[in-house]
Amino acid sequence: MADVALRKVVKRYDDVEAVRGIDLDIADHEFIVLVGPSGCGKSTTLRMIAGLEDISDGDILIGGDVVNDVPPKDRDIAMVFQNYALYPHMTVAENMSFGLRLKHYPKAEIKARVTEAARLLDITDLIDRKPKQLSGGQRQRVAMGRAIVRNPKVFLFDEPLSNLDAKLRVQMRIEIKKVHQKVRTTTVYVTHDQVEAMTLADRVVVMNKGCIEQIGTPNELYHKPATRFVAGFIGSPAMNFIPCRLEDTGGKLNLRLTDRISFALPPSRAARYNALARTDRLLLGIRPEHITESHAHLEPGVETFDTMLDVTEPMGMETLVYFGLDGAPVCGRVNPNAGARDGAPMRLAMDLNNMHLLNEATGIVL
Amino acid sequence: MSTVAIDKAGPRRNVKYGSMSRDRAWALRWSYFFLVLFAIFSLTPPLYMLITSLKTSAEISAATNPWWVFHPTLANYVELLTSNQFLRFFWNSAMVSIVVVIVTMVISIPAAFALARMKFWGSATLATGVFLTYLVPDSLLFIPLFKVFATVQEWTGIPLLNRWYVLLFIYPTLTVPFCTWIMIGYFASIPKELDEAAIIDGASWLQTLTRIFIPVALPGLIAATIFAFTVSWAQFLYPLVFTTSVDQFVLPVGITTTLIKGDVFNWGQIMSGALLGAAPPLIIYAFLMDYYIAGLTAGATKG
Repeated sequence: MADVALRKVVKRYDDVEAVRGIDLDIADHEFIVLVGPSGCGKSTTLRMIAGLEDISDGDILIGGDVVNDVPPKDRDIAMVFQNYALYPHMTVAENMSFGLRLKHYPKAEIKARVTEAARLLDITDLIDRKPKQLSGGQRQRVAMGRAIVRNPKVFLFDEPLSNLDAKLRVQMRIEIKKVHQKVRTTTVYVTHDQVEAMTLADRVVVMNKGCIEQIGTPNELYHKPATRFVAGFIGSPAMNFIPCRLEDTGGKLNLRLTDRISFALPPSRAARYNALARTDRLLLGIRPEHITESHAHLEPGVETFDTMLDVTEPMGMETLVYFGLDGAPVCGRVNPNAGARDGAPMRLAMDLNNMHLLNEATGIVL
Repeated sequence: MSTVAIDKAGPRRNVKYGSMSRDRAWALRWSYFFLVLFAIFSLTPPLYMLITSLKTSAEISAATNPWWVFHPTLANYVELLTSNQFLRFFWNSAMVSIVVVIVTMVISIPAAFALARMKFWGSATLATGVFLTYLVPDSLLFIPLFKVFATVQEWTGIPLLNRWYVLLFIYPTLTVPFCTWIMIGYFASIPKELDEAAIIDGASWLQTLTRIFIPVALPGLIAATIFAFTVSWAQFLYPLVFTTSVDQFVLPVGITTTLIKGDVFNWGQIMSGALLGAAPPLIIYAFLMDYYIAGLTAGATKG
């Protein structure tokens, strides 16, 4: 058990910077998820923590010690790979105990640890099988078992669920969470799936183009994104971005979306946005669940507008509606009984209490 | 509004039912035809050797049907197997081939591992270079090599020329490059994560090689072993050049030099000697082939 810290860590491949000076503090027992699109540097960061990649600049600390030049086997870490990387010629038990056998642990202790890990992961019956006799989910459990028996300071997961089908992925996600609740080892988990990130993490690190965009709890990222990238990456369907302007009318601040549609800002928001220049090109960021069907008793800050729907997608518990506002595509989520139909007009309500305003040029949430 | 009649049926065509299986049956017939042709082509010489080896010299030179044995005899085999000379050739060949296989593996396995996995400066060039050396024909090399060993013998006083063990230094120039090359291919096909997992598990490079790479790439190693053995066993030019005394001969050289005296060809013994000489590689193939194929189909990696 240990904390992990990254200080201005840089990774350069020839003249390409894959990781551009990131700072990150991971507390003891914490479950951190690095998430971002492919090529954002998240896997490289993980591999640098593991010691599989040299770092070009900066420091990596595990348990307070700088490990820049410490070889992987002396860092006391365990890693679970995307393709499991089980040793094909060894049984499950041999796979799990390989690291311990290399370190010449006593036989009795190896057996005890393997048995315990197998029990924890529910693979006791498979202990004598070879990897090729196992299903994808079982192999993933063995890979986790191999990490657990080592009782390392840090677990590193490199997209461990990407090779599993959707249903199994959800199940294994829960398994990983359960294991972490029992074992409580500091964990760094890399994924490109924002749902995995949200559901597993104590804190999520959103990365983009080699930099950290934002670090926060899943709820912070969802409700208070710092940048357009984070706002668009977290949440599905993604947040809508609608070009808009601020206008003063009679001492009140208005948000103008199109020539026809303009909303008075709720007082709390108006105060926050008052200082913004009226000439700035802005984006209204609003999540689909905050655009719903209109009804009789609207709360303050919820404004209605009429639009023509392009496409509707019935999802069962809700219906997604797609329409355009001056060319900007917008998605809303309405009650399946609200009567949304393809190509039909509809009155919708936008909850401005949950709006975000972004600078279009910088992408920063204001 | 214009009305256009759309013919939903499309153009008619005759459907042949069961054409799939018919095609396959024909493909099978053709492949059998060519396989049988190939089998006849490649099995005729050994069959002729076998027939001739069972004949007496008188019957061989008589104008009878060459494809039939009228008076079968094992005399040729008995004579060879009781001759110290022939057993000596056999022993020399066996010693040379076995030691060369071991030397080749000891050099090629670590070399291939290093070239496939440790990305050091110039490793890619070196890997190609290893292969290129294999392309230089031995008929081009034997004169300079002879000169090299003659010089070494002169300087050090260690007798090398006309000694069977000089072949232990020469054959690896043929086997090491090729075996290294095919094993680079096998090692490269092992997923990178496997050695990364081993490294994180605390394995050194040597442990990664011996405990992960060698077991996983075993089919490849066996293929390389078979190759090295066959090359050593069948090599003719080098032993012909480097050994001149009868007691230093290996099998291929021994058979051709001692059983052909001037223009007298002892065909019966030549054929039985050649068949006996072909036996060890055949036995090794037969024994290892099962293992080899089992290894190939084991689905060594992720799957």
